[in-house]
Amino acid sequence: MEASPYLPTAAVARFRKAKSTAVTVVLVICAGLVIAPLFLVIYFLLVQGWSSIDLNFFTQLPKPTGEMGGGMANAIVGTIELLAMAAVVGVPLGIFGGIYLAEYGSDRANDWLRFAADVLNGVPSIVWGMVVYLMLVVPFKTFSAYAGGVALGLMMVPLVMRTTEEVLILVPQSYREAALALGVARWKVIMVIVVRTALKGIATGVIVALARIAGETAPLLFTALGNNFWNHNLKEPIAALPLQIFAYAISPYDDWHRQAWAGALVLMGLILALNISVRVMSRDRNRTH
Amino acid sequence: MSTLPEAPTGQKPSDPIRISSTPSSAPVASLPAASEEVAFDIKNFSMWYGQRQALNDVTIRIPAKKVTAIIGPSGCGKSTFLRALNRMHELTPGTRIEGSLKHFGSDLYGPGVEAVSIRRRVGMVFQKSNPFPTMSIAENVLVGLRLNGIKDKAVLHGRLEDSLKMAALWDEVKDSLNRPGTSLSGGQQQRLCIARSLAVQPETLLMDEPCSALDPIATAKIEELIQTLRSSYTVVIVTHNMQQAARCSDRTAFFYMGKLIEFDDTRKIFTNPGNPQTEAYVSGRFG
Repeated sequence: MEASPYLPTAAVARFRKAKSTAVTVVLVICAGLVIAPLFLVIYFLLVQGWSSIDLNFFTQLPKPTGEMGGGMANAIVGTIELLAMAAVVGVPLGIFGGIYLAEYGSDRANDWLRFAADVLNGVPSIVWGMVVYLMLVVPFKTFSAYAGGVALGLMMVPLVMRTTEEVLILVPQSYREAALALGVARWKVIMVIVVRTALKGIATGVIVALARIAGETAPLLFTALGNNFWNHNLKEPIAALPLQIFAYAISPYDDWHRQAWAGALVLMGLILALNISVRVMSRDRNRTH
Repeated sequence: MSTLPEAPTGQKPSDPIRISSTPSSAPVASLPAASEEVAFDIKNFSMWYGQRQALNDVTIRIPAKKVTAIIGPSGCGKSTFLRALNRMHELTPGTRIEGSLKHFGSDLYGPGVEAVSIRRRVGMVFQKSNPFPTMSIAENVLVGLRLNGIKDKAVLHGRLEDSLKMAALWDEVKDSLNRPGTSLSGGQQQRLCIARSLAVQPETLLMDEPCSALDPIATAKIEELIQTLRSSYTVVIVTHNMQQAARCSDRTAFFYMGKLIEFDDTRKIFTNPGNPQTEAYVSGRFG
């Protein structure tokens, strides 16, 4: 049988193979460059911060200027409190917004809502801080933990809303129909059947959003302000890891620089832990389905 | 969003049935007999998806406590018709209906009648089994009752066992009621869905090609189950499978291009149909 006239010649085949190899190498290098910063961040934080992390760091308040030692216990607890308050504000708003988008909204309303969410997502975090400053700090004449929580919570809303919408849309229509055919009211079908089916996905979205805002500094500058002592009243300023890191990093003291690194390492560890928990959860989800 | 009910396509397909001496229109049998109780009394019922007419002037009286099969080629409107019987078609935007549709005397589309209350009385089993993946076998069966506010443990337990027994699944799952509903085999899942529908005690059960995704053994089990349901429920089953219609129904309705062509005793439809189009379809000459 005669060979097809369309087969490439040996030279052409060799050239194509070389091209393929070259492009593959470029892509591998690019992929490496993408993940390199993560390792750089972790490397520097470990090198600079690891030696400064001790029990005091987790249990003590910052020491006054000039004294050595002390820790960031109040900032660690403060960050956790701020995240909790942010969740109280951002999670219900985001989830209900996502439910509206996926289940109720007309195409027209949804277009606007999605556009608004995308714009909100792009609002610089410092702007959130300024807006909440005008909304909650100026009227009450005090910086407060509440204001910090609200600023972070509002930042969460568009993120939680869009991920909620995405996972709800993935719930097969057949489950909605099955539940409706049992004579169950629509809102119950949505809350009990659809949301429950998508619950892991929604929780994943919430944690991703929390990880995103955990390290935000700018929205807290004019709201939570920071505090060198324990916060006993949420109507007063509260410490947060990013604020403390910022304050210490721009100080002239070596001991504070050292602690800023340690704080950054702890903050990074917290965010890493949140992200790892998301991975674990989504692995479970893939297994059960 | 893959479960749009089947509907005729936009263009008019050329009628594949050519009969030389076509009677103008075979009279639609006025079954059931006057003495029989009627489950659905449907008069001049038409339905549109947007501009496209899916059902055309359907008049039919579906008997109570009998199995009625609906047959016809793809796109003939049989699934559309079934979904109109418990207003599931309302999930598809842009539908419009005309005519009257009564279920045991009450108007399904009357003013102030809510689809939710209709669906309590007219349950539905779908083509593809769809147990809720987050729920156990028991939770799946009881979800309809629980979401309708029934909390009494004894009642729930009783309904669980009754429904699973009625669906011929009890013996297979009684020791594993807390396992996920999705851990069952395909045929078992479909019987679980039937049990879930029966648990809310509807008067009528609609089945939309309930066996088309099942193997022959699982199909036989469901057909057997349909036979036992007849004693206490009205069953309307849409099927592509004519043997299935012949095996397990009392009455058969033949739909073609959105119209009810013939409705009669199943035996008569399959042995001596009154309309040549029905005859052509059941003898496998098209469809």
